[in-house]
Parts: sequence; structure tokens; C-alpha cells
Amino acid sequence: MKQLTIRLRSRLLILLSIILTGLFVSQQSMAQDDGDHAYTSEAILAGLSVYNRQCALCHGPNGASVDGVNLSRGVFRTAITDDDLRSVISEGAAEGRMPSFVLNAEELNGVVAYIRAGFDPEGISSGQIGDPARGKLLFEGKGECADCHRVNGVGPRIAPDLSNIGAIRSPTSLQRNIVDPAAALLPINRPVRLVTRDGETITGRRLNEDSYTVQLIDSKEQLRSLRKSDLMTYEISDVPSKQPTTLSSDEVADVVGYLLTLRGQQ
Amino acid sequence: MNFFKSLILSSFSAFALFLSVSSIAQVSYEQILKAADTPENWLTYNGGYSSQRYSALDQITTSNVDDLQLKWTLQNQVFGAWQSNPIIVDGIMYVTERPNTVMAVDAVTGRIFWKYRHVPAANAVVCCGANNRGVAILGDMVYMGTLDARLIAIDRINGQPLWNVEVGDVDLAYSVTMAPLAVKDKIIVGVGGGEYGIRGYVVAFDALTGEEAWKTYTIPGPGEANHDSWEGDDWEHGGAPIWITGSFDPASNLTYWGVGNPGPDWNPSQRPGDNLYSDSAIALDADTGELKWYFQFTPNDAYDYDSVQVPVLADMVWRGVPKKVMMWANRNGYFYILDRTTGEFLEGKPYVHVNWSSGLDENGRPIQTPQPEGMPTYPGNQGGTNWYAPSYSPRTGLFYFTAWEGYATIYHAEESEYVPGEAFYGGGFSVLAPAPDAPTIRIGRTNPINTWTNEVGYTSVKAMDPQTGEEVWSYEQFDVSDSGILTTGADLLFTGGREGYFHAVDARSGDLLWKVGLGGQIVMAPVTYMVDGVQYVSVISGNSLSTFALRNR
Repeated sequence: MKQLTIRLRSRLLILLSIILTGLFVSQQSMAQDDGDHAYTSEAILAGLSVYNRQCALCHGPNGASVDGVNLSRGVFRTAITDDDLRSVISEGAAEGRMPSFVLNAEELNGVVAYIRAGFDPEGISSGQIGDPARGKLLFEGKGECADCHRVNGVGPRIAPDLSNIGAIRSPTSLQRNIVDPAAALLPINRPVRLVTRDGETITGRRLNEDSYTVQLIDSKEQLRSLRKSDLMTYEISDVPSKQPTTLSSDEVADVVGYLLTLRGQQ
Repeated sequence: MNFFKSLILSSFSAFALFLSVSSIAQVSYEQILKAADTPENWLTYNGGYSSQRYSALDQITTSNVDDLQLKWTLQNQVFGAWQSNPIIVDGIMYVTERPNTVMAVDAVTGRIFWKYRHVPAANAVVCCGANNRGVAILGDMVYMGTLDARLIAIDRINGQPLWNVEVGDVDLAYSVTMAPLAVKDKIIVGVGGGEYGIRGYVVAFDALTGEEAWKTYTIPGPGEANHDSWEGDDWEHGGAPIWITGSFDPASNLTYWGVGNPGPDWNPSQRPGDNLYSDSAIALDADTGELKWYFQFTPNDAYDYDSVQVPVLADMVWRGVPKKVMMWANRNGYFYILDRTTGEFLEGKPYVHVNWSSGLDENGRPIQTPQPEGMPTYPGNQGGTNWYAPSYSPRTGLFYFTAWEGYATIYHAEESEYVPGEAFYGGGFSVLAPAPDAPTIRIGRTNPINTWTNEVGYTSVKAMDPQTGEEVWSYEQFDVSDSGILTTGADLLFTGGREGYFHAVDARSGDLLWKVGLGGQIVMAPVTYMVDGVQYVSVISGNSLSTFALRNR
């Protein structure tokens, strides 16, 4: 474990700059207009400050620390409209587990804007979100995405299923995954290679892991749960199984446009 | 209350208590003093005044531990992290559940005798969950602090409240989450609220009447020594809470407490100075509350490095000289040995990667090396360790605690205005993640699927040699752990973790001897006790309190 941590440290520092750009730098921003209103970049930035001060301790920096709630991805327990969000914040919710907050109108609007913008103060310009129909063709054809990814019950399961990816990732994140997968790959999705004491070699992708066991989906799409004490070799690669795309930037924008339409079973 | 009225009330209470006692003996101060000699009981939050969390019980051994069997489970009725630490006296267990309920439980069957439920005021506010960490016991009463900053004495036979007094102002976000400490005829508690601009204190109440006996602020006021470690009126809202139970040394008559972070948490430039006694160990006279010494671990803290760790006391020959020491693995990443009679710094070394400081000077003061804005600080906000109760085994001579490795956060500071009763953070933090949008470690575990992996941090349970300050062995877990430690007279070490495993480890070698997957996160420290010749070990995992003993016992 220690070796892995050290090996990754230099990459972590490079990635930091990316994370920080997303978190702190003020740019011309375009809020995702999937709420009741469109918001200004000033409101989103003001909301970031309010969020960090009042909300982050419980909801976490990514807004996903409370069970059943993922603020940056628009997953709420009860709220649907912006007014719902405002009343949850002002009046509290979940039988007191979420306290009420006294915010002025500007702060309240800001935090709603920040949530609706997917916690992305920089955002991605609308010019970088292309045509979903063209994107779907690229996804299934030239882009070779469908060779590994499954969407709405079609395609292989060895890479993460993307049926709801548009609901759980920001446009910036989707774009980054296509252009620079090595920098964007989540740790849990790193390819693994295991050799059991019986001599079986298993390759696949982790679904879960603890101190003594690992659960994965193997290259034959089988769910496997293995005791680490039964393994001779357990390697986690920090090189993703996919290479940076060869698509043009316009084509990437189209694929991003398509992915944003994938919002799971509603 | 005047003296005579108080005397009459005390006498009456004592008489009433005397009448109520028939079959069950009172738990006297003398009995708690000698807790180590009666390992069948677990009498204080930390198992005794020295807080070693070591029990001499040795029926369960390194050879038979894999014969442990589940004897009973008690299901909690309340959602949320269950941090409570049971007290066990003569076969009866007293344990709290969220938010402020006390239960008396048969320690052999897990069946409940009674429940007392206090409903905290609706405006009670705490930073990190409606936690309660347990009760204190003295005489025929158990004592619980509450989220709305009250202290309640409860008849331990029938569960009826006997008195209920204010510890702090709930409107100003004062709270009590720690288990009180009973010393002599007093019940001592500290207050939480370090994220809400409180001014912390330790306060002692008469055990029989609830009358306040003394109160000592953790931030000195005007005219008091070290007041000049604050500027202007910063001291009025400077935090320095106390939210974990302290220790007591009868030889010096000193109680020891770990003090929490200064406020606002993450903006040190808004409160120039050392901000005493935040992030310090303090020694208070048990009878008067007078401050006898302090040792500050993290002056002008920018990282939320609460020093609320349990002060672990031991008498040992230290580097050839008999010493009364205090062992302290601090949230700031350093392991300290202090002389607990004088507060003198004896040794201090980092036990995890530390980059906020380049080392300690000869007095133990850190040489601070703040990281450039936007760069990660090690250890991260939750610390190299935190409030998780450590253990010291006089048999092995080793100090054991739960550490977080490879965990860093990026801090940002901003001006915060103090508004009474509201959050007073001065910024925030995000956990260093290996990729943008990657899930990270949370303050508490809520998801049984680990998608963040050990790349954002993991736990090692560490055995430290207090003679050298160096690690002797470590036992790693894939996820982080908020569990405390128990050691026993058979050189067993019990601990848990967020993964829900209950582990028994060889306290000498660090080898895993036995484990069981209980499913829910373990965020308390296991305890052991004996009834009718059977040694039990209890642990809380998720919403279940599970108790084990050897098969065929």
C-alpha cells in the first residue's frame, strides 16, 4: 500500500492543478441551466464561498457525503425545484439531521446556483458541448467508446456502465476523461491483475475492496470476490486501459453532448 | 443555594440513596481509584483514571481467541454513528444511544432493564453528528452530558432523572458529547462547539446536588496569564472546546484534558498569537480547577488539529529514570511523551508524514512550515489520529493507537464574522484526491462500498515504544478507522474500523489472530468485563452492540 501511495504522489501533484483550477479560479462560467433559473457566474462563486463555510462540513467538498444526497449531481431526498432547495436550507430537513441555516437572499441564491452548476464554478463553455446525435454515432463508431462501455443494456460490462453518466459527472469531467484518461481515471477503476494460489490469472476492474477481500468484475464479465490471502499476485495498474482519444475537439464536444443526455432510468 | 440548604439537600440525597441501595453496592470513588484491581468491571470511559484501556482479564488468550463466539447483540433504534463507550458494573452495562438516551442492559444476555430518554432542545447544534460517547458512574447514579449542553444525573437502579443542570448556553451552540469524568465527589465535563465560536471550559459539579463546584476556561480572560496569546476580543469566540474524557492522577490530584481547535478553524491570520490553551494538554487541580500547567502542541493552528486525544498516564522507568509520564499521539502527526507532574516535554517524533512542520524544538514547539496555498498539507484535516481512544499495556510497555496514513487535505482560509450560535469556520478544506471528481474519505463512513480506495488514505494501528518514540509494529487496514483500542492481560489487542471488521491482534507482534466481519463501522473502542467467571468483549458496529465470549462458556 505504501509503495502505491508513493508512486502516485508525483501524479497527484500534477492533478492538483487541475482540481484547483476547477475549485478556486474565477473564469467566465456557464451554469448548467437544468434548474428553474439560469445563474450568473458571480452567484455561483458567491455560492461556493457560502457552501464551503456552511455546508461542506456535513455534505463534503463534493456534495456527496450525506447518504442518498449528491448535491453536485442534482440528487436530493425531496427537493425538486429551486424553491424546494431554498426551503430545505432555510427550514432544515430530515427530522433535524439537517439544521436550518439563516442566509440572506443573495447567499441563498448563490448556494442554489452553486448546487445547480454542479459545483463547477469554471464550468465548461456551451461551445464545448456538441450535438448529441453526432456524438452517439461517434460513441458507437469511430470513437470506439462502445467497445468497452455499456449504455442502456447494450454493450460490454468490463468498463463502467455509462447509462447515467450525464447525471453523475460534470461536462468538464466528461471532457477530461476522453482527452486525458490517465489523469481522470478514478482509483477504483484502475485495471487489476491477480494470480491466485491455484495459478489462475484474473484481470478486471474493482467494484469494492477492504483489508482482507476484493470484489471485481473480470474480463469475462463474472463477479468475483477473492480473499487476499489466497492471492500470489495483486497488481493495480495506474495506466488506464484506454488511450487518449484521437477524435478532434469538435468530435469530443459531440460525444460530451451525447453523454450528457445519458441520465439513467428516470 | 446557600451552604445550609445545600448541606440539607446533600444529606437528604445521601439518605435517600442509602435507602434505595439494597442488593447493588455503590460505586465509590475508592473503587474507581482501584479500577485496575477489579477488571470484571469497566468503570470509566477509558477504563480507569490512568486511561490505559488495559484490562488484566486473561481468560481470552492469543491461543484461544479464535474460539470467540457471539453471545448477544443489542440493536440500536437510532440512525447514525454509534460512538458510545459502555460502562459495566457488577454485570450491568450502561450505554448511551443517539441523541441522549441511556440504557441499563444485562451484560450477560443483552436484555434491557430500563431506558432514560432526554430530548435535546430543538436548537441544539453540533458540527459532526448527534454524538454521545457515554456516561460516568458514581454512587448510585449515572451521569450523561447532552447535545443541548446539560448534565443529567440518573438513578442507576430505576433510570429516573435526579437532577438536570445547565452546562452551557445552547443558544450559543454549547454542547456536551463526551462522557463525564467522576472524581471524588464531583462530576467533571467539558463543552463542545469549537466550530461555533464558543469559549471553551471544563466545569465540575457536586455529584449529589448538581451544584457547580468550579469552572476553568480553556481561554484565559483579561488579567489572566497567557491572555496575551490572543489579540483584541478574539479570545471571546476562540473555541478551544473539550469533547473527550480526560484522565486523573490521584498522586498529584491533577485532572488532565485535551483541548480542541481555536476558532475560526481554518483562518489563523484572523486570530494572531499562540491562541492558548487551544490544541493543548492542560492539568487542572481536581478540587479547585486551578490550572497547574499546560503544553501546547499546535500554536496558532491552521489545520483543525484538535488535541482532544485521551491523556494516557503511566509510571515507568523512562530512559533509566523513574518517571510519571503522559503519552500522546496527537492529531498533528507527532507522538509526544510528557512529564505529567510538570508538563515538561520529554520526547516528540512524527509518526506519519508531516509537512506543516519541519520538526519540534527542544521545548517541543513545532517549527511551522505552512504549505503554499492550494498545496496539500499532511496530515489532513482529520489528522494523523483523532479522538479514537488509544491504549497502553503495562505488560508490553507499548502504546497503541489508530493512525491515518497517506491522507492530506488542501485548506483555504477566509475571513469569518462571528454570529452567535452559528458556524464560525474561517474557510474550509478538501481532501487530496488522486483524480478530479474522485470520491474521498468522509468525516464518517456512510457507504459500504469503498470506491475511494486506500489512495486517499488508510489506517495503520501502531504500537509505539515510549522509550524511543518510535514505531515497533503497525497493522494496516485498507480503509481508515475511527476505532479505539483495548489491550488485555493476555497480550491481546482488540480494535475495529470503518470496514466493520472486529480484529484481535497480538499486542506484542502485531499479527492478526482473529477477525469477524460485523458489517457496520466501528467508531468506539471495544471494552471487556467478566460476569460469573466468563470474560466478555463488547464492540459496537453500525447499529449493533455485539458481545463475544469463548465458546462453551
